[in-house]
Amino acid sequence: MPELPRRKVGIVACSGEEIAEGTVTRLAALRVLHELRPDDTVTICLPLFLAGGEGDRAFARVYPTVTIDGCEKRCAAEGTATYSAPPAASIVVSELAAGCGLGPIEGRRQLNEAGRLAVEATAQRTVELVDELLKAPRARRFTGTLPSAGP
Amino acid sequence: MSGTCRETVIIPCSGIGKPFGSVSREAAYEVVDMLRPAHARLIALSRLVLGDDDARDAVARHPVVTIDGCKLACAAKMAKASGARRVRELAVIDTFRRHPKLKPEGIAELNDAGRQLARALAEEVAAIVDEQAGGEGRDA
Ligand code: SF4
Ligand code: SF4
Repeated sequence: MPELPRRKVGIVACSGEEIAEGTVTRLAALRVLHELRPDDTVTICLPLFLAGGEGDRAFARVYPTVTIDGCEKRCAAEGTATYSAPPAASIVVSELAAGCGLGPIEGRRQLNEAGRLAVEATAQRTVELVDELLKAPRARRFTGTLPSAGP
Repeated sequence: MSGTCRETVIIPCSGIGKPFGSVSREAAYEVVDMLRPAHARLIALSRLVLGDDDARDAVARHPVVTIDGCKLACAAKMAKASGARRVRELAVIDTFRRHPKLKPEGIAELNDAGRQLARALAEEVAAIVDEQAGGEGRDA
């Protein structure tokens, strides 16, 4: 029997270079991609949804996707939904960190202790969502978001 | 928006997973935090992807330097698509060709060579900021 291709989950971080929470999104995504779930996750640079080709825009249609945003503007979640497909789940670092009592997050170039803890918390939450998505039947995509993520 | 009329907007690409993307970001931080803090500001590329009004307004009104981590040139393309009229397009690979011994490695954290390459690139960006500021750019 032919082997089915391995299912993977897409991770899209906003990478927001202007604020420290953006740095958290990038480092948390890298931690999941390289250390925590290297065989189960893939990523794409967010701007490729616009600057890339049709193959790039298909990303969130091919992979159920978890977006990680630094703040409530939710550039990754909105950009992914607009140019590719609605993300299966989304995380907003500022909300997650507040919920964990972490802050203030500072140091976009070199995170402070609260920022480093936020990377870990964000990575762990992402892993929970990835595992949940991989367990869901193929036809039914998980569509949950964090309770704090809003409608 | 805030900022002076002689301010240059710096847009690094959001490269994730590639050392050259990390160099583009590190160079941008070096310019806005250390070399030309009074004459350069950073705009996150993802805000342009979202079509954020303030970000679009900033790139339309100010000279822009884009720094891309690969030939797909997302920062340059997005800046132009967002209404930027005065865009200087830089690519990490060009600076690397001028400094071939500075091979960047590491993504979450760049190696020494990567940081030196970012510094060299930042100097190039700072020179453009000075030009745009009509010779007033140098902060030190
Ligand atoms: S979601 Fe927030 S932190 Fe991320 S790019 Fe957008 S504005 Fe910046
Ligand atoms: S220019 Fe290349 S490295 Fe940078 S965001 Fe685009 S695809 Fe990623």
